[in-house]
Amino acid sequence: MSATAITLTGVTKRFGAGANVVTALRGIDLEVASGELLMLVGPSGCGKTTLISVASGILDQDEGACVVFGQDLKAMGVAGKTAFRGRTIGFVFQAFNLIPALTALENIAIPLLILGRPRREALARAATLLERVGLAGRAAALPAQLSGGQQQRVAIARALVHEPRLIVCDEPTSALDHESGTRIMELLREVALGPERALVIVTHDARIFPFADRIATMDDGRIVRIEAGRAATAATGSPP
Amino acid sequence: MNRIALKMLTGDRAKYIGILIGVTFASLLITQQSSIYDGLLARSYASIGDLGQADIWVMEPTVDNIDDIKPMQDTVLERVRSVSGVGWALPLFRGFIEARLEDGSTQNCIVMGLDDTTLMGGPPEMVEGSLADLRRADGIIVDERDARGRKGKLAHPPAVKGGERAPLKIGDVLELNDHRTVVVGIARTNRSFMWNPFVYTTYSRAKTWAPPRRKLLTYVLVKARMGEDQAALCARITATTGMKALTAAGFKKLTLNFIMENTGIPINFQISMFLGFLVGTVIAGQTFYNFTLDNLRHFGALKAMGAGNGLLLRMILLQALMVGGIGYGLGVGVAAAFGLAVGGSELAFILSWARLANSAAVVLFICALAAVLSIRKVMRLEPAVVFRS
Repeated sequence: MSATAITLTGVTKRFGAGANVVTALRGIDLEVASGELLMLVGPSGCGKTTLISVASGILDQDEGACVVFGQDLKAMGVAGKTAFRGRTIGFVFQAFNLIPALTALENIAIPLLILGRPRREALARAATLLERVGLAGRAAALPAQLSGGQQQRVAIARALVHEPRLIVCDEPTSALDHESGTRIMELLREVALGPERALVIVTHDARIFPFADRIATMDDGRIVRIEAGRAATAATGSPP
Repeated sequence: MNRIALKMLTGDRAKYIGILIGVTFASLLITQQSSIYDGLLARSYASIGDLGQADIWVMEPTVDNIDDIKPMQDTVLERVRSVSGVGWALPLFRGFIEARLEDGSTQNCIVMGLDDTTLMGGPPEMVEGSLADLRRADGIIVDERDARGRKGKLAHPPAVKGGERAPLKIGDVLELNDHRTVVVGIARTNRSFMWNPFVYTTYSRAKTWAPPRRKLLTYVLVKARMGEDQAALCARITATTGMKALTAAGFKKLTLNFIMENTGIPINFQISMFLGFLVGTVIAGQTFYNFTLDNLRHFGALKAMGAGNGLLLRMILLQALMVGGIGYGLGVGVAAAFGLAVGGSELAFILSWARLANSAAVVLFICALAAVLSIRKVMRLEPAVVFRS
């Protein structure tokens, strides 16, 4: 593990106002290092999704600081944060969020097109990623023609195509059967993780815990426990 | 991202076609109704256009449209000729004379009595015979529409009840106000606002056939001298004769204004055009908005992945422009095909560049309105929506 990817200090986030206020995050302190795969686990409504939304610059925290690769997200304007997300962060969503009218190749190329890269270059790079996720032969397939596992592979390729330094995954295996989920996690570790890149995965799926370097357990807006995952212990040789 | 935007739009065929139908319907209805409206109004001054060689029309001061027949004394003609700047001035009779058909039925005709010497003011196109044939004894020229076909009002009545009307031919005799006349030519005129048959003859003959009146000169047709200011000449004619003198364009405008102010035609067509606009806006706007709502999650994902509001705005505008452009083209195309199909029939239809531009502006407005609703939704969209399953 090398440089710090994410530093959250005393992050608090509330929704609503007055008597209806809901505190989703209560003074979260967390660091994620480059090259690390951190899983956020916990019961529904504990604040996992809010935490990754703040960490990826989609939501602003009410209190505390969120620094991603040395950049204080709250200090950036809306446009600055949007551009930062486009350059620095890749997303893998629970429902894949592939655009149904676009082919697998075009879906993968979207982040590059958003960054203004020429279409031909973007599609060429997307083809390389499609090959890396094992779907070289399905470039022209529409999402509806792909299985759930294949769609998630395409989503992973889309998250990686612009070589972001942080990948945020929201329940990437919850819509998949065990075998597909395991393959997806193997793929994520294999192609998404690197010394300069961090992965934060929100999950309920205990079957994929072995792939984590660290597992942060949340409850009621707080991180109640952080423990080393099996992947980390396998690497260091110490028991979990 | 332009291609992505267009593929998103066309990917959902049902919605895409729904939006297109809305815009096409609006474009079609607005273009078609406005073209019929223009065609109908143009008929009100068709006779003025047919007599294209006259620069100025002189008429009784209270005349307010071409068919408002208020004759003047014949002396007006000489007084007009005396005005400086007048190249030539010729008399024109325009009045109703009853024709009696072979079966005893009668038909009121608009008789145009042309200057005996020059025959100025004749029909724009001869189908059979020539204008000069009017100089033959009792000669008349009849409009083609009234001389032929099932609806030919002056055609020979059927020999048996329910039978075919036989066309009026050169040499046939027609009785006008108890006077024997002979058909010497068949002409093609621009369709008029009036439904009465058009009959052309000489001025002197028309005066003989018309019911006896002290005044029979309906109009004086004037050609201005080369380089003469027509508006100034009109003023001089009015000052000299006390009659109303209008340029051809001015007389068309006067006739048009009369129709606009005294008939329900403008308001009826404006209601039709407004309904086309309203229905098109509702269908296109609602379907486009639904399309955006259906794609909100994808727009959210694009936002999360770094697409700014400006980029999404351009994508939505491009989508709106595309359906607008195609819908406009289809609507105008169908309207033009309709115009071609009804060409030569009773239905008036003039599709002008101005009307095309007008329809384009309305369709653009509809699409902009539809896009604005969608844009507001997308601009306010929180990208965090993508994390909600």
